Amino acid sequence: MQKHKKNINLLLGSGILLAFIGILIVSFFYTPYDVNSMDIPNKLKEPSTTHIFGTDEFGRDIFSRILKGSQTAFLVGILTIAIGGFFGVLIGGIAGYAGGWLDEVFMRIMDALMAFPGIILALMLVAVFGPGIINTSIALGIIAVPSIARVTRSGFVQQKEAEYVTAAKLIGVKNYKIMFKHILPNISSQIIVALSIAFAIAMLAEAALSYLGLGVQPPDPSWGRMLKDAQSYLINSPWYTYAPGGAITLLVLGLYLLSNALRDLMDPRSK
Amino acid sequence: MTKKREVLLEVFNLKTYFPVKANKIGKKPVLKAVDDISLTVYKGETLGIVGESGSGKSTFGRTILRLVEPTEGEIIFEGQHIENLKPKELQVIRNQMQVIFQDPFGSLNPRMRIEEIIEEPIKMHTRLSNSDRKSRIKELIEKVGLSEEALKKFPHEFSGGQRQRIGIARALAINPKFIIADEPVSALDVSIQSQVLNLMMDLQDEFHLTYLFISHDLSVIKHISDRVAVMYLGRIVEIGTKESIYKNPLHPYTKALLSSIPVVDFENKREEIMISGELPSPVDPPVGCAFHTRCPFAMDICREKRPQLQDINAEQQVACFLYKKEETKENDPYHTIEV
Repeated sequence: MQKHKKNINLLLGSGILLAFIGILIVSFFYTPYDVNSMDIPNKLKEPSTTHIFGTDEFGRDIFSRILKGSQTAFLVGILTIAIGGFFGVLIGGIAGYAGGWLDEVFMRIMDALMAFPGIILALMLVAVFGPGIINTSIALGIIAVPSIARVTRSGFVQQKEAEYVTAAKLIGVKNYKIMFKHILPNISSQIIVALSIAFAIAMLAEAALSYLGLGVQPPDPSWGRMLKDAQSYLINSPWYTYAPGGAITLLVLGLYLLSNALRDLMDPRSK
Repeated sequence: MTKKREVLLEVFNLKTYFPVKANKIGKKPVLKAVDDISLTVYKGETLGIVGESGSGKSTFGRTILRLVEPTEGEIIFEGQHIENLKPKELQVIRNQMQVIFQDPFGSLNPRMRIEEIIEEPIKMHTRLSNSDRKSRIKELIEKVGLSEEALKKFPHEFSGGQRQRIGIARALAINPKFIIADEPVSALDVSIQSQVLNLMMDLQDEFHLTYLFISHDLSVIKHISDRVAVMYLGRIVEIGTKESIYKNPLHPYTKALLSSIPVVDFENKREEIMISGELPSPVDPPVGCAFHTRCPFAMDICREKRPQLQDINAEQQVACFLYKKEETKENDPYHTIEV
């Protein structure tokens, strides 16, 4: 029964993610309409056979913009976990493996970062460095660092006392090699789970930032931005919100399901 | 073993204290895991170290390798002091000392193939070519009684006994002289224990190894050791040849330990010594003899002075006031009693 449930999570999660990756790939080669070509006479048209998600306030095809928007979402997500993952694993690894004052200093800095609500910190960083995809990703990456560092640190603290580490030390394996060749592969599952959650959070945060007008700048399509624009027409054209809102919800849901399933799957105790 | 023996390792007054969290300001309590141990290990022998859990035997083994830093004392391996060596110099010595670990599940990296696990020390410390290295790995895995197919597998595909064999192969990979076996069979089934012990003894003959064999299991120690040291609360209370210790234990603690082995023999009932109470805390060990709190023969002097190891006969040394100490006889106000 338990096993069955896990498989459903895994199947659904990876299915949704794969579908979005498919959309992403398609968007590079084909969109039904040009994403930025305006067609004012056909503005705010309801979904139909010509525009399956309808058109926005400038008459642009929403379906095309959703497709193109997946590029933004994935770019921000991947950049975020690349930045957050790199620094998180490095800081968490050093803190956990070295211990002592280094651990204290690093982790207190992480605590300080965590004390800020993520979105506020991102707002601040974007306000300082200016909006745009890259700056948004850097800001979100910095926010992702503490949680990844914590997971990595606890993994290292746990593993460094293992006898295989002692054995490696005894042979004279260098510390950095013990950290990355011996210990890291043993906690990769925890880190992958943390990264997949960070990915989902980054997408939500990007949508939120763009919704507030600080993330991706027009005319680049972003789901969060589209949601914001749709808000103004909520009464007369409620269907405008369905596509961007649905895309965000579905992708984040898929990522959470997947990370949940991965965590259960990679837990060695469950084998 | 009465021939002149070559010394491999000497330890003098070794102390390993760990700081414990203080509950009062100004007081700095320490946990005395190893409290003033001196002993000698001779080439080619197996010295068994036996004691209860918490007696500091594992810490003692780790201190010799400086996996735990000694607080005080000297460690001399083949005439070279190692207590103050720099990491690089220490590594040279460590290559001649390896460890077989207690936990066969924790001592092998679960994400590395057996081949990589055995290859690592060879790669680091020899200049063998790729093919030589491969044949060396093959030779090692066959030496410990596993087949070549094992090399491509991961640790979780093996049983505890097989993993311990892999651990032994890794320990032997760079031809060490001295092996510290830290409870190597206590995690294994009894039927597997003797296989692994016999393998270790065969390898000892073949490679002229010296073992420091740490265990809480008296029958395992009896099986493999030439000499036995009995530890209690970070100290050695008795050391001697296996025969003398098992036939004629002197220290009350050794006697108690040995009489705790169940035997089926109704004809010759042994002298049984029961000890009461628990191992005192090594943070605050008893003053004088560490064992006096549980010793049925405790005298006044035991509560005041710490007994030193002294030769009782050619084969045995014991740290106990029950036995005469010639040089202090005249000025010693306490009578020494023969038991």
